[in-house]
Amino acid sequence: MPKTPVFDEGRARQIIAEHLDLEGPLLPILHAFNEEFGFVSDSAVPLIADTLKLTRAEVHGVITFYHDFRREPCGRHVLKICRAEACQSLGSEAIARGALAELGVTWHGTTKDGEISVEPVYCLGLCASGPSALLDDLPIGRFDKAKLTEAIGEVSAA
Amino acid sequence: MTRVFVPKDVVALALGADRIARKISELGAARGATVEIVRNGSRGMFFLEPMIEVETPSGRIAYGPVSASDVASLFDANFLNGGAHALRIGKAEEHPYLAKQTRLTFARCGITDPLSLQDYEALDGWRGLSRALAIGPTAIIAEVTQSGLRGRGGAGFPTGIKWKTVADCAGDRKYVVCNADEGDSGTFADRMVLEGDPFMLIEGMAICAVAIGAKKGYVYCRSEYPHGAKTFNEALRLAREAGWLGNNIKGSGFSFDIELRMGAGAYVCGEETALLESLEGKRGIVRAKPPLPAHKGLFQQPTVVNNVLSFAAAPFILAEGGAAYASFGMGRSRGTMPLQIAGNVRYGGLFETAFGLTLGEIVEEIGGGTLSARPVRAVQCGGPLGAYFPKALFDTPFDYEAFAAKDGLIGHGGLVVFDDTVDMAEMARFAMEFCAIESCGKCTPCRIGSTRGQETIERLMKGENIAGNLTLLEDLCQTMKFGSLCALGGFAPYPVTSALRHFPEDFQPHMAAAAE
Ligand SMILES: Cc1cc2nc3c(=O)[nH]c(=O)nc-3n(C[C@H](O)[C@H](O)[C@H](O)COP(=O)(O)O)c2cc1C
Ligand code: SF4
Ligand code: FES
Repeated sequence: MPKTPVFDEGRARQIIAEHLDLEGPLLPILHAFNEEFGFVSDSAVPLIADTLKLTRAEVHGVITFYHDFRREPCGRHVLKICRAEACQSLGSEAIARGALAELGVTWHGTTKDGEISVEPVYCLGLCASGPSALLDDLPIGRFDKAKLTEAIGEVSAA
Repeated sequence: MTRVFVPKDVVALALGADRIARKISELGAARGATVEIVRNGSRGMFFLEPMIEVETPSGRIAYGPVSASDVASLFDANFLNGGAHALRIGKAEEHPYLAKQTRLTFARCGITDPLSLQDYEALDGWRGLSRALAIGPTAIIAEVTQSGLRGRGGAGFPTGIKWKTVADCAGDRKYVVCNADEGDSGTFADRMVLEGDPFMLIEGMAICAVAIGAKKGYVYCRSEYPHGAKTFNEALRLAREAGWLGNNIKGSGFSFDIELRMGAGAYVCGEETALLESLEGKRGIVRAKPPLPAHKGLFQQPTVVNNVLSFAAAPFILAEGGAAYASFGMGRSRGTMPLQIAGNVRYGGLFETAFGLTLGEIVEEIGGGTLSARPVRAVQCGGPLGAYFPKALFDTPFDYEAFAAKDGLIGHGGLVVFDDTVDMAEMARFAMEFCAIESCGKCTPCRIGSTRGQETIERLMKGENIAGNLTLLEDLCQTMKFGSLCALGGFAPYPVTSALRHFPEDFQPHMAAAAE
């Protein structure tokens, strides 16, 4: 769950400043934005570009290259479902289709109540206990529809 | 006080280990037993996870797979003294799955508390680095070269030669970079090191740093591994506090430190030059070689990039000698390989063994066939860019050259098993789709070819112009194979052509289309 769900320029500047001692600070900064706000706002681009002496296009290029950096706010919880081969061998795709239908979303979508965003992921390193998913920081192994529904219910209630 | 080990490896967590740990504490307190819970790594027998172990006077007794609802009955069965129970396994190391392994790299994993320096030292920790500091760069590189160690990230390049190349470069700003991007489906050995024995990776990287004269190291860890990252960061802090990292390591006059960096969900960043770009804060676009990273790597400085398992082999090699490591294996594949048996398989897990077992032995005997109890039909070896092997090739020995001779690769050692319900046309389609999603976009055969490939297979699956589309697909695969800059575009054809060659029936008028 994002710490500050709306973009805040003061906090953004603070985050950038905290990373300036690093070699190659851009990815750590973007990760920190993702974590703080749940996404990397377009408003962050000029702030980062100015401080790191990069062009806005360069910063934009990096943000859009990586699957992790969201450009829109996400749900309160993020469910990552593995779509890679080892999970496919255990029927993950059909189960995932069912779960998406039940939540009323497609891949990368967020439920209407803003509770859950669903993202595809290509391997979680749980390939001998698949199908696998990650709900926020909670790994889920050997999932079926019931297990996913239960896990979602638990985080939503919390 | 009885010590109970409840793994915190993410597989165990995914199957409810935290709940079990809580339940043991609760019930222990309620029943007046003094229980100390240790969160160890995993032994790698994932089919038995969550596998808990109890320390008794006659050794550690394992129970598994345990669920929270079993805990009460375990107390009733007096498990704290190793009592009989339906889930009792006995001593983990006597279980055939472990007893048959040769654990050099994973010798400690699952036995120790991953963040206990005391445990690490008690089981040979820091012996390799201590010797490295004593013998110096030339002798270290001689040991690594003699070990025959080849990079475990996929390409199998001799590690000793790589280290020597960087050691021979002038200048004192050099880097040690660990590739912990582990993007291949079916692999988890790097993750197990990060979560289960992180000091070993620190030690291996420090040995490399001494050998090449580097002061700074980076671990580039995929963001899909938040748990591994957390444990590894904590290990860095502890190692620094204990003087194994930082200025003047253990009074040797040598200084070296490591920083953990997270990837951002791009498979191509596992390719070493894309990884370096990413570390520098850029898009993960593959660099043309030369220059090699060894000459101009991170920030254009001489850099060793190695896989987690390559670094992790170094402490053993330095402690026991290169010859001891090389005494395992076959042909030019020396030492051990941590196999990762995954997918639709009954006994999935990590199986470290000398090179040379046949694929059939690994899948049928060790892996026990499929989880679904249906016949095995295909095994994808070496990740998403690896070939699909049919049963007819099960006599292939696990060795770099033997696999290459069958148009396959062992890659990072992952094996994904499929039963007879698999649709190989769909798997071929997925290989192209994955390449399209993950392509860095630098070269046309990969960027465009993968999308065209995906479309062509979709047409085949609909039964359109089978002969023409098959020719087109073969053609496209050739173009990608020979016209791509890196192995993403260059190897993506392997799963496709192996599926075409070994499972041609799946590319005939498609089952789904035929049913319409
Ligand atoms: C698309 C692609 C993905 C790769 N992914 C990884 C990876 O996740 N981990 C890894 O160690 N090597 C990966 N490699 C291989 C690296 O480029 C490089 O060979 C390796 O990190 C060198 O370390 P080693 O000699 O210890 O194997 C990948 C290569 C390609 C082309
Ligand atoms: S083959 Fe694909 S991933 Fe590799 S450099 Fe070319 S476009 Fe990038
Ligand atoms: S393939 Fe799904 S966790 Fe690895």
